[in-house]
Amino acid sequence: MRKVKEFIVEKLILICGLACIFFVVLIFLFLLKEGLAVFKIVSPLQFLSGKSWYPISEPPQLGILPLILGSLFVTVGAAIISIPIGVACAIYIAEVAPKKIKEILKAGIELLAAIPSVVLGFIGMVTLVPWVKSIFHLPTGLTALSGSIMLAFMAMPTIVSIAEDALYSVPKNYKEGALALGATEWQTIWRVLLPAASSGILAAVMLGIGRVIGETMAVMMITGNAAVIPSSILQPVRTLTATIAAEMGEAVVGGEHYFALFAIGIVLFVISFAINVSADLFLHRSK
Amino acid sequence: MNKFNVNNLNIWFGKAHALKEVRFEVEANQILTIIGPSNSGKTSFLRQLNRLNELQPSFSMTGTVLFDGKDLNSLDVELVRKKIGMVFALPLPLPLSVFDNVAYGVKMHGKKNRKEAESIVEDSLKKASLWDEVKDRLRESAFKLSGGQQQRLCIARSLAVGPDVVLFDEPCSGLDPISTAKVEESMLMLKKDYTIVLVTNNVKQAARVGDKTAFFLSGELIELDNTDKVFTAPQDKRTDEYIRGKFG
Repeated sequence: MRKVKEFIVEKLILICGLACIFFVVLIFLFLLKEGLAVFKIVSPLQFLSGKSWYPISEPPQLGILPLILGSLFVTVGAAIISIPIGVACAIYIAEVAPKKIKEILKAGIELLAAIPSVVLGFIGMVTLVPWVKSIFHLPTGLTALSGSIMLAFMAMPTIVSIAEDALYSVPKNYKEGALALGATEWQTIWRVLLPAASSGILAAVMLGIGRVIGETMAVMMITGNAAVIPSSILQPVRTLTATIAAEMGEAVVGGEHYFALFAIGIVLFVISFAINVSADLFLHRSK
Repeated sequence: MNKFNVNNLNIWFGKAHALKEVRFEVEANQILTIIGPSNSGKTSFLRQLNRLNELQPSFSMTGTVLFDGKDLNSLDVELVRKKIGMVFALPLPLPLSVFDNVAYGVKMHGKKNRKEAESIVEDSLKKASLWDEVKDRLRESAFKLSGGQQQRLCIARSLAVGPDVVLFDEPCSGLDPISTAKVEESMLMLKKDYTIVLVTNNVKQAARVGDKTAFFLSGELIELDNTDKVFTAPQDKRTDEYIRGKFG
């Protein structure tokens, strides 16, 4: 009787495990099947480097370079803002802050992570966007810069918590060893702790960026959604994700536009996959 | 003149009274060994000499530690730790090359000149009796060295910043007998130029390398005398029992 029970449980767990992989493979295959169809109309090179995205004109122009650049502008902007602040915050929490402040800050970071992205987008729209508009004297505040700033807030909790873990797991002896050589607190942090935690911090940064690239709702609300090649971060842009979210509802199933959106999905998938894999590599190198 | 004069030193960690009314002298250019069972306060005492104890938030103390006649607590803490180097129980190379491990402290204290750094590194490795073994492997990762070599690398690293005193905190506890012998050999060489304080769990090691030996028990200094005397004719019965291995 016990053997039978054991057998059933074992097989059930196996099925659950396989189901995960099965669904991922199915999703991936579906994405490929729907997405690759677009390359009957445009070549992959044209698709990636085409400068205009007019999917419903006649004939449709399916170049996603403006969208890729849009995503790139917003992501790089968000990275420039969130990485220094996030890593500095992690250093402060892990090494400098007294215990009480540390706990308050950690709770704050978790709270920041808990804000739904649509709420952040909404807050950005009514506070940040007018502010960007008036400071830079722009016709509209819906720009890549606004998107970057809001997304930086979203990447920050990921970066801070993972980087803090990485710093915390540096052996305490390293710190003592450096101090015993007569290093100051800051020299110890800068020359011993940061290098020792570098792979974990890089992983934190990668995962933070991964979150930014995949983010849809907030960027759709505050980046202006103009599918043109941006020349500065003070212009409206449209990201890959926002394009899919905004247009999928009106694309004809089985049409060129529909296939093109799936192909954008593949591009996004490849980017996120590359980022996650490299983050993983960094994390494993640290262990 | 004494390197250290310790007067009525009391140390607490929270409510735990780690050291009680310790009076102590350390003479220059000698090896002073400190023995005693675990929790006897010997490591706390050692870490007081380069002020590592104060990193613990619960630490408090009374009494004075004079270093070359000056109150240790009135000196700049980075200078104290530069002048009073420390080698820890486990070899702790940084994830850098052999050369960079030794040059580390030198660079940190602002000597950027490559030539100068190279000669300091060579000199320090020689003093730590490691130069001959690693002179062709300076660019390799320090983790590729054996445990005993890593420990001597750590000795070289503390020597490179130019200390007067080197504190050893059970430096051989993780090493095999041959590596231990090499570390002891380099300690004996070092006492020409440095004052050495060695905390050890290995009573025989204390007898082998010590000029003077101190015995700590439950936070009190029981006895401090010439090593020969402590090991052949100890004044206190407890010292005798510890050395003979009756407890601890």
